[in-house]
Amino acid sequence: MAHIKVPDGVPGIRSLVMFRPDTGKHLYDLAHVLLREPSPLTPAERELIAAYVSSQNSCKFCMSSHAAAARELYGEERHIVDCVIEDVGKAPVSEKMKALLAIAGKVQRNGKEVLPDDISNARKHGAEDRDIHDTVLIAAAFSMFNRYVDGLATLTPTEPEAYAEMGKRMTTIGYVLPQLIK
Amino acid sequence: MAHISLPEGLPGIRGPMAFRPDAAKHLNDLAEVLLRSENSLTRGERELIATYVSYLNDCFFCQNAHGGLAQHYLECDMRLIDNIMINANATQISTKLKALLSIAESVQKGGKEVIPIQIETAKLMGATDMEIHDTVLIAAAFCMFNRYVDGLGTWAPRDREFYINRAKSRAEEGYANYDPYH
Repeated sequence: MAHIKVPDGVPGIRSLVMFRPDTGKHLYDLAHVLLREPSPLTPAERELIAAYVSSQNSCKFCMSSHAAAARELYGEERHIVDCVIEDVGKAPVSEKMKALLAIAGKVQRNGKEVLPDDISNARKHGAEDRDIHDTVLIAAAFSMFNRYVDGLATLTPTEPEAYAEMGKRMTTIGYVLPQLIK
Repeated sequence: MAHISLPEGLPGIRGPMAFRPDAAKHLNDLAEVLLRSENSLTRGERELIATYVSYLNDCFFCQNAHGGLAQHYLECDMRLIDNIMINANATQISTKLKALLSIAESVQKGGKEVIPIQIETAKLMGATDMEIHDTVLIAAAFCMFNRYVDGLGTWAPRDREFYINRAKSRAEEGYANYDPYH
């Protein structure tokens, strides 16, 4: 049971944005800008960073829902998502993506862990300022979302089908407040 | 020097916010609701939660920028703010605020660290569901802001007077109308 009185039966962050739409609106807008608006990183790559950081934070709800969204976006290459969550080093992603995921992993622990060597390694594999900026902010934002969802002990579905459905919604309707979905 | 090429001379979060204004807008709108909008927690109390989490994350810019605002709103000196950071229980702040700071401290470590007894204690001391919600979200949001600022290796003035001197004008400016170049 959640620590505060949120709507019954509504999982994760959805229950929280329904409890407090004034803040929820800006959280969803932020997620939309970071994960969907134009960026040198594809929406699939950005959802993958979100899922990876959430897995490092052991936030089952965010990890499962963003992994499901990433799988939708990767399509036939959907196996990439589980490989990254299991072992980034062995995952079939580009060296640039590995370097960015390494930066995201450090941001998840603390911003100060990111060292000049991490940045030069990412640059060596083709990352530019905007790739690095977006990676850091997505990793930072999921360090927030994960704490928000778990810190209030929201409902976390256990069945994979629930997340598959969320992944579809996140890649079609996108990040829209539940109250505003017709 | 910051890890990416940011507009020069802007301290802390101002550089990244000038770099990507479309994301900055939502970050500032969120900060405005959480820290300044009508709330049963005072602006001083909310800035104190932000300062405490930034202190725990060892983010120099955020803890001083928000510590400066906290002392401005609470009409005290930095010594009291510092004492609250070191040991809030030994200070004269309310038992409710002490309970909320304890929740914020757990959120900083990880959302799952918040345990039911902390919530019960906060409620016993008079905290409402909304106040508990806002405490968790402020703490989570500063785990994001701190990582954004430090993860990009931004520059910040080391002189604490700089932040104290700016607090009054920052309080008047607010977050929603934030101009990173100002």
